[in-house]
Amino acid sequence: MSSKNLKTEYWKKNLQYLAVLLSIWFTVSYGFSIILVDVLDKIQIGGFKLGFWFSQQGSIFVFVILIFVYVRLMNNLDKKFNVEEDEDPE
Amino acid sequence: MDIQAWTYIFVTFSFIIYIAVAIWSRASSTNEFYVAGQGVSPLANGMATAADWMSAASFLSMAGLISFMGRDGSIYLMGWTGGYVLLALLLAPYLRKFGKYTVPDFIGERYYSQFARMVAICCAIFVSFTYIAGQMRGVGIVFSRFLEVNIGTGVVIGIGIVFFYAVLGGMKGITYTQVAQYCVLIFAFLVPAIFISIMMTNNFIPQLGFGSKLAGGEGVYLLDKLDSLNQELGFAAYTSGVKSKLDVFCFTAVLMVGTAGLPHVIIRFFTVRKVRDARLSAGWALVFIAILYTTAPAIAAFARTNLIKTINNKEYVDVPSWFKNWEKTGLIAWADKNGDGIIQYRYGTAFKGKPKFESGPGPHGQRLITNDLTDSDNELFVDCDIMVLANPEIARLPNWVVGLVAAGGLAAALSTAAGLLLVISTSVSHDLMKKIFIPTITEKQELLFARIAAGVAVVLAGFFGVYPPGFVAQVVAFAFGLAASSFFPAIFLGIFYKRMNKEGAISGMLAGITFTASYIIYFKFINPAANVPEKWLFGISPEGIGTLGMVINFVIALFVSSFTAPPPERVQALVEEIRIPKGANMAHEISA
Repeated sequence: MSSKNLKTEYWKKNLQYLAVLLSIWFTVSYGFSIILVDVLDKIQIGGFKLGFWFSQQGSIFVFVILIFVYVRLMNNLDKKFNVEEDEDPE
Repeated sequence: MDIQAWTYIFVTFSFIIYIAVAIWSRASSTNEFYVAGQGVSPLANGMATAADWMSAASFLSMAGLISFMGRDGSIYLMGWTGGYVLLALLLAPYLRKFGKYTVPDFIGERYYSQFARMVAICCAIFVSFTYIAGQMRGVGIVFSRFLEVNIGTGVVIGIGIVFFYAVLGGMKGITYTQVAQYCVLIFAFLVPAIFISIMMTNNFIPQLGFGSKLAGGEGVYLLDKLDSLNQELGFAAYTSGVKSKLDVFCFTAVLMVGTAGLPHVIIRFFTVRKVRDARLSAGWALVFIAILYTTAPAIAAFARTNLIKTINNKEYVDVPSWFKNWEKTGLIAWADKNGDGIIQYRYGTAFKGKPKFESGPGPHGQRLITNDLTDSDNELFVDCDIMVLANPEIARLPNWVVGLVAAGGLAAALSTAAGLLLVISTSVSHDLMKKIFIPTITEKQELLFARIAAGVAVVLAGFFGVYPPGFVAQVVAFAFGLAASSFFPAIFLGIFYKRMNKEGAISGMLAGITFTASYIIYFKFINPAANVPEKWLFGISPEGIGTLGMVINFVIALFVSSFTAPPPERVQALVEEIRIPKGANMAHEISA
């Protein structure tokens, strides 16, 4: 493949990752914690109603996990397409 | 030792650390002044970003707001954390690859237009100023309550410190000071939370504690207890929401997108060495932020339970001393409507507006107020800004904890103020002077301009701290609304849509800003009486309208760009270039 195609391929894969990760981001924050919160509140775990827990705790944990998953995915992708930065940019 | 002595000790001690760090890491070149020489490790940058981001609002006000809003408080929790996902995935790595120092730099280059750069500069300065005024108010609250100096003196001390390390140290000094400030603020936030969690639920992890059963054998879950306490007093249940779903949705979205578009947050990702470091440091930043943000709702629930238990239906003469101390600052007030000497805390506002006090004390020793009373049975006014500061006292924690919290509040306010100052000074010296007015400026002169601008900005910010404009709370909605409706779409499209041209981006930004600003100005300043849900567009509050402004920006930008000329070849090549990590770093070429 030419380097132009490789770049397009890399970018496409990146966009796919973003689509998946951002749908999780949206589902947990806007879905579970806002739109469906009253439905989830019918489930209680310990002292927490589930919807309430997602809106004040769970969503934040998921956000953190999403970024680290993204970092991992992208680092691997950079390697695969050989577009990672040189060890010393100076 | 009393609270004041402990506060002096902690505050002085932490200030000495900040100054020492600032001297050790002061900047000597523009590269160091603007982006810390781009040699900050992702972990340190993450910590500094967290301190930069978590302001007086996060540290002092947020838990208080949540404790009064219940579940609806999640707007702030999710809004101020979810934006980091957008930042990490959509902006940070690409802006780092671009490698220039500021947001106006990116907008100006990507849209090959000085006008676009100008719009971005104005937004950046406006957003940063509105934000910094709020920090200075935080500093004022802490100083006036705990050091019992007047607010003016307190602010001047704060300014002196910020001036010293921001002007001297630039981004490098600020970054390493912020690392120290993060440690102080997170320690100060967690210690009382852990203490109170153990006292109330026997669970030392606050995040779990507020979902546990109350200590003392009642066998009731804390949140269930709080729901019923709330309902007895006429409030909605704590774990239920009262705001409309659409408004919660829009408000949360503005805070998220606004966070990702705030210049003082974005600028932090220029300070790391590589693209992969930019990704990782956004992750670390969110970890450090999440520690505070998942603790805050626990504190909110604890504080509300404690507040109701200690104050409601108690005789004024018997209330603990913290109540009277805060009453002195005017942030708590009691109107004995039925004249029984007992504090009744109920749903509704006790009186109209912020408390105004008469000179003499009332029959029970309380401060008498002159406001018009309402029909509500509620007799109590509590400013939600005090909940975090008062919480350790309400729970009768040792005095040193109270002093520690005061130092933490100052760390939060000062670290954010410093970051904002840097944006203002960079906007003036780099964006305005070097890129627009005097392109021939030498590095030394530019550095001088940067320091002068930081100096002027810090004095101006201090002025707002001493004479706080009554509209500080309102303008914060502005800052996020503007960041969301101007910067975010322009930067996002600049990276992800190669075809986006200057006509599209500029008309989009202008449309977004105009719409958002006029909506906020109308409801907050011109016709505040109409600021009720029935009159709002689709029931969206002025706080949430930036979401609509952002949508308008996107639509207009895409529409206009579709029938105007595509951007020049070299700009399209630039977009190609920033999409992959490998390759020359443009900032290095320029600064070399």
